[in-house]
Amino acid sequence: MHIVVCIKQVPDSAQIRVHPVTNTIMRQGVPAIINPYDLFSLEEALRLKDQFGGKVTVITMGPPQAEDALRKALSFGADEAILLTDRAFAGADTLATSCALAQALRQIGEKEPVDLVFTGKQTIDGDTAQVGPGVAKRLDLQLLTYVAKIDELDLAGRTITVQRRAEGGVQVLKTRLPALITMLEGTNEMRFATMTDMFRAARSPLTVWNKDDAGITDISKIGLKGSPTVVSKVFAPKPKSVPAQMLDIGGKSQTEIADLIIDTLSAKHAPLYGELFDRAL
Amino acid sequence: MEKFDVIVVGAGAAGNAATYTLAKAGLNVLQIERGETSGTKNVQGAILYADALERIIPDFRDDAPLERHIVEQRIWIMEDKSHVGTHYRSDSFNEERPNRYTILRAQFDKWFSGKVRESGALVINETTVLELLKNDAGRIVGVRTDRVGGDIYADAVILADGVNSLLARKAGLREEIEARNVALAVKEVHFLPQDVLESRFNIQEEEGVVIEIAGTITRGMAGTAFLYTNRESVAIGIGCMLEDFKGSGVSPYTLLEDLKNHPSIKSLIAGGEVKEYAAHLIPEGGYKALPKLAGDGWLMVGDSAGFVNAVHREGSNLAMTSGRLAAETLIALKTAGKPATAANLQAYVEALNDSFVMKDLRKYQHVPALLEEKQFLTTYPTLLNRAAETMLRVDGVDKKTKQRSALGAFVQDRSLFGLMKDTYKLWRAFR
Ligand SMILES: Cc1cc2nc3c(=O)[nH]c(=O)nc-3n(C[C@H](O)[C@H](O)[C@H](O)COP(=O)(O)OP(=O)(O)OC[C@H]3O[C@@H](n4cnc5c(N)ncnc54)[C@H](O)[C@@H]3O)c2cc1C
Ligand SMILES: Cc1cc2nc3c(=O)[nH]c(=O)nc-3n(C[C@H](O)[C@H](O)[C@H](O)COP(=O)(O)OP(=O)(O)OC[C@H]3O[C@@H](n4cnc5c(N)ncnc54)[C@H](O)[C@@H]3O)c2cc1C
Repeated sequence: MHIVVCIKQVPDSAQIRVHPVTNTIMRQGVPAIINPYDLFSLEEALRLKDQFGGKVTVITMGPPQAEDALRKALSFGADEAILLTDRAFAGADTLATSCALAQALRQIGEKEPVDLVFTGKQTIDGDTAQVGPGVAKRLDLQLLTYVAKIDELDLAGRTITVQRRAEGGVQVLKTRLPALITMLEGTNEMRFATMTDMFRAARSPLTVWNKDDAGITDISKIGLKGSPTVVSKVFAPKPKSVPAQMLDIGGKSQTEIADLIIDTLSAKHAPLYGELFDRAL
Repeated sequence: MEKFDVIVVGAGAAGNAATYTLAKAGLNVLQIERGETSGTKNVQGAILYADALERIIPDFRDDAPLERHIVEQRIWIMEDKSHVGTHYRSDSFNEERPNRYTILRAQFDKWFSGKVRESGALVINETTVLELLKNDAGRIVGVRTDRVGGDIYADAVILADGVNSLLARKAGLREEIEARNVALAVKEVHFLPQDVLESRFNIQEEEGVVIEIAGTITRGMAGTAFLYTNRESVAIGIGCMLEDFKGSGVSPYTLLEDLKNHPSIKSLIAGGEVKEYAAHLIPEGGYKALPKLAGDGWLMVGDSAGFVNAVHREGSNLAMTSGRLAAETLIALKTAGKPATAANLQAYVEALNDSFVMKDLRKYQHVPALLEEKQFLTTYPTLLNRAAETMLRVDGVDKKTKQRSALGAFVQDRSLFGLMKDTYKLWRAFR
């Protein structure tokens, strides 16, 4: 079995600041991490490998520094890491990213056919959740998003059954391989690498691919050229300046507390009171 | 599991210097750092002293992330609303190979760590060394980490794990560091647009200013404060001896707030946005508080050994130099085919003795005791500031009378004998 996990290196969003003057994102000094959502996918892939054997390949498209993210993935137990890096990829939006990744996956599959592809649910910097579906579409893979649990993988019958979190409930879905899965967060916990894996990750050679290595010939579909999205404006949201109001509920009954909250709110938002009143009638 | 020539614990200034030097010489080195990336846990003002690094990486200026080189040094003695000070600025600091730079440790350490990796060392992050491994004879033979399969062996272990050096304590190699020998410093980085910063401090692109501050701002506690200019931010911090904090009950953060609101500082950082807040210990016991520096199979470098010159706020350069000297000692032993025994590692201590590290620490050995005497911290700063004000205020009183009253204030507050005693102590501490 061959599983490919797509990971993205992202700036640790907890530490990002917007430049107060130019309004651009200040990446300087902000540590880069593996997109946290991708770790759930990687761990799930590694668990499948533990259970069924086979190989896990990780791939990322990004600048040379993304090597750190790949090495980390190797330390968790991935077998091979591919860094897709080329100036031609710069400025890619989700469409161009999907095209480049899809072509690289095709190239990987030429050597070793791919049974499953994993991506994160979304990233913490771009946040679009479009790349996974974009790749699935281009490779004609069955798409299973928001997967909470893999119930069964039948390699002989070439099917997979999963539980998918959907609005209002859980769907149990069965489909054929190859498929692309995006895992829901919180579904598993990333393992703690052993010392041997740490050594292996630090020492193993990385596979570095430029666009030619990935078999990309049509550069109009990648990078800035392949990106129809335009960022028209970036700005920092105004911090909420209204402080929270404390209500003294000492010694009050639940009904009194409820009344107090409603009174306080409706004193500030008159229409709210009318609406509540209407509903109550 | 394979055995290494040397294991270095920690990827701060000391650990990186040691690992780099060892790996460059072809030794099989493993460096273990608990932080996610090297540098995430380290705190410094931060002034980088070029000389110590230049002896390790001569062409560091080519690609190290340096913020500004220092062209101006101010020393301020603060009172509540004022400061008196000196100010030295020279265009000759605008030289081809400047001597001091401001840096951001997180970025600098990341760069240094990159060099360490390039040098051929095996660098393992996010891994904590829990304890040192000893053989039956009591010799240190390796480390135990927090990972599965994490016992690793080496001919020698360099402890570069910083001020707390829990490892040395656990292994019984040193005593617990005393509260009177360690300072607690807090620091913030305030973002300021580059043009605003440069006009406020009257500097050109790449030029930087350092302000070192003492006086009543530490409320009688032994300590100092600082303000350094980075490219697009200023670093501002204050630290005092831990024992004094315990005694006074004042929080370090309160002092930092006082400092930021001091009229001499406030306008310099106005409009800045706080980017970073950090707190860290500094070993400031000096020469008299130094532990044993090496033994069978182990050496101590940097903050873990207590190599900080508090008078000049130098630490990273002592860390780098001790790291380099420890490495050079081990390289020489390896070349000679000699084991890292306590006797053979005496060469490290001798090399330190010959270097500025020990010479400076010895020179200032009386300073920590001096700072336990409060007149140096509050009485003199107050008197100095009052004297300056008396002399500068034009109010119809003649200058001779003013001079007499200023001097009189010194004698009144400290007595003539006290003044003489203090002069002697100062002379002895700084000679
Ligand atoms: C106009 C425009 C210009 C941009 N310019 C740049 C730029 O110059 N430089 C830059 O760094 N970013 C740039 N971006 C952002 C970048 O294009 C997106 O971050 C990227 O397309 C992925 O989208 P996302 O982060 O929303 O991922 P999502 O769709 O939310 O990601 C879902 C999953 O897809 C996988 N995935 C996503 N990206 C990658 C990747 N690169 N490699 C491997 N797997 C991946 C991961 O598993 C991830 O969890 C630009 C965006 C736009 C709109
Ligand atoms: C506020 C402040 C301002 C300062 N200003 C200056 C200045 O301007 N100029 C100057 O030269 N010096 C300055 N110093 C002093 C200087 O920062 C230190 O002397 C220097 O960082 C010491 O380097 P080190 O490598 O010994 O320790 P550190 O830089 O503290 O590195 C120790 C490393 O060991 C790691 N570690 C610890 N325990 C373990 C373990 N068990 N397992 C694995 N890893 C471990 C830590 O994560 C850390 O990375 C300042 C210090 C402070 C606090």
